[in-house]
Amino acid sequence: MEVKVERQIRTGLNGDEAVAYAAYHADVDVIAAYPITPQTIIVERLSEFVHDGLLDAEFIPVESEHSALSAVVGAAASGVRTFTATASQGLALMYEILYIASSLRLPIVMALADRALSALINIHCSHDDAYAARDSGWIEFFAENVQEAYDLVIAAFRVAEDKNISFPAIVNLDGFILSHSIEPLYIYEGQDVVREFLPRREPIVKLDPDKPVTIGALALQNYYIELKRAQAEAFEATPPYIRKILREYSEFSGRKYDFIKKYMIDDADIGFLVLGSTAGTMRHVVRKWREKGRKVGLISLTLYRPFPVDDLRDAVKGLKKLVIMDRSYSFGSPYAQLYMDVAATLYDEPEKPDLINVIYGLGGRDFNEYTAEEMWEKINRPGVKKIWVGVRGD
Amino acid sequence: MLEVRWHGRGGQGVVTSSQLLALSAIKEGKYAIHIPEFGPERRGAPVRAYTRIDDKVIDIRSSVLNPDIVVVIDPGLVKYREMITDGLKKGGKVIYNIPDPSKAEVFEGFETYVVDAYHIALEVIKRPIYNTAMLGALIGVAKIVSLDTVYDALIERFGEKIGKLNIEAVKRGYEEVKKIG
Repeated sequence: MEVKVERQIRTGLNGDEAVAYAAYHADVDVIAAYPITPQTIIVERLSEFVHDGLLDAEFIPVESEHSALSAVVGAAASGVRTFTATASQGLALMYEILYIASSLRLPIVMALADRALSALINIHCSHDDAYAARDSGWIEFFAENVQEAYDLVIAAFRVAEDKNISFPAIVNLDGFILSHSIEPLYIYEGQDVVREFLPRREPIVKLDPDKPVTIGALALQNYYIELKRAQAEAFEATPPYIRKILREYSEFSGRKYDFIKKYMIDDADIGFLVLGSTAGTMRHVVRKWREKGRKVGLISLTLYRPFPVDDLRDAVKGLKKLVIMDRSYSFGSPYAQLYMDVAATLYDEPEKPDLINVIYGLGGRDFNEYTAEEMWEKINRPGVKKIWVGVRGD
Repeated sequence: MLEVRWHGRGGQGVVTSSQLLALSAIKEGKYAIHIPEFGPERRGAPVRAYTRIDDKVIDIRSSVLNPDIVVVIDPGLVKYREMITDGLKKGGKVIYNIPDPSKAEVFEGFETYVVDAYHIALEVIKRPIYNTAMLGALIGVAKIVSLDTVYDALIERFGEKIGKLNIEAVKRGYEEVKKIG
């Protein structure tokens, strides 16, 4: 698709700056966030935009991430557009509020600069935090590059605030690999341009002193399960609406967005499934492997929650082997997180590829062409089901 | 695709040089990625940064393992010769900062360039921040971007006053870098 450059500016930004620009261009009303590496630059830039009078928003400096998400829950309930950002331990501290935000159907948008959870102390990329939010009822997107981080934050506001959806959304960007790397991207000239795609939020219900309502009431054995089933059905009904908005955004931006991205997968024997920035590295690797005659292809997920089951079932057709790459670990589970989603997605299919789980890149361990070659060697060993790559001493 | 690896110490502007190079290339319509390598964030600790530049979209997001050019900003790191040339492509270039160019030594098997960014920085900026003189030296050797683009990027980054000092440092690095082997 051709890039529509009118009313867009080509510039160079790191992923955090791009996210801050996206929230600014989306004209958010309330921001509450607590700085944590590698998300800090997002908070710094947004506080500058507000201070400099560029962004007319309430910036609430809070004392913790628990308070950050609590503050945007309150603000979102009053009907305004809200944004927060965090990483790793910060997401962990937000955990109980994650479920409150989604169960109250509040369309908060959060950027998550994916970072490993302690211990050991580490500031670099794992998907522990992204996976920690997977059951909480938030929509989750993954950006592959800085351009996608910018675009997906803008699209996420439309998705979250859509009356047929009305759920909070997370946009994941790999810590440091995207948050701190400068890349070229197109950004809009300003809020006026983005407003054509993203009009002001129109809340379904809101806290209003003149028309009092109760939000977040008590529901025990009498109603809780009915309300949870309603929430589950509402969340599971969102994909067609999310797809429609991503298509509209593709038209608007000139850059194509859908639930999944496929590369050389149609005639491949071995497919690789990946989240985040490793999609770029793996596309580079797949291109090189094709030149060597290896029949490989790549699938990457832009939408992670709700899990794009139909798209994935369709994309893996004809594959002999599917290698599912997890940048995290689920202790005590049979496999890591993404693998388990895929296994459940494909279980009822009459024909499906053999699945292999690869654990890679924890705590920012570089995943490069050499690691990819190590992975190739290991996945071709007979009977292999779960392997780690890029580990010293192997 | 051109890949550059920068070596220096925390506080010497290693990340800034890589950023300025990437931003200058982007200004010229190229595709470029600046990748910082953060370890413990403290002054004096050895740090690296990487820059990739190409005319087409760059997909790969890993560290640069086989650079075309290595730039050594901190003169004290030149003695770690294995670290400097680690993974450097055959026939690749090493550009390093040396306060006394008469003592310069060649990195065998690689094109070696030196510049006294140490004294350029002390004379022009009056502080031991060698990064912009080394950026000038890199552009003098590899002509990746035009000096005017870098000057614009410096003014945007540092403002008029500090920007102009750094422009002078870049210009001197560009003019004074010498091939020794």
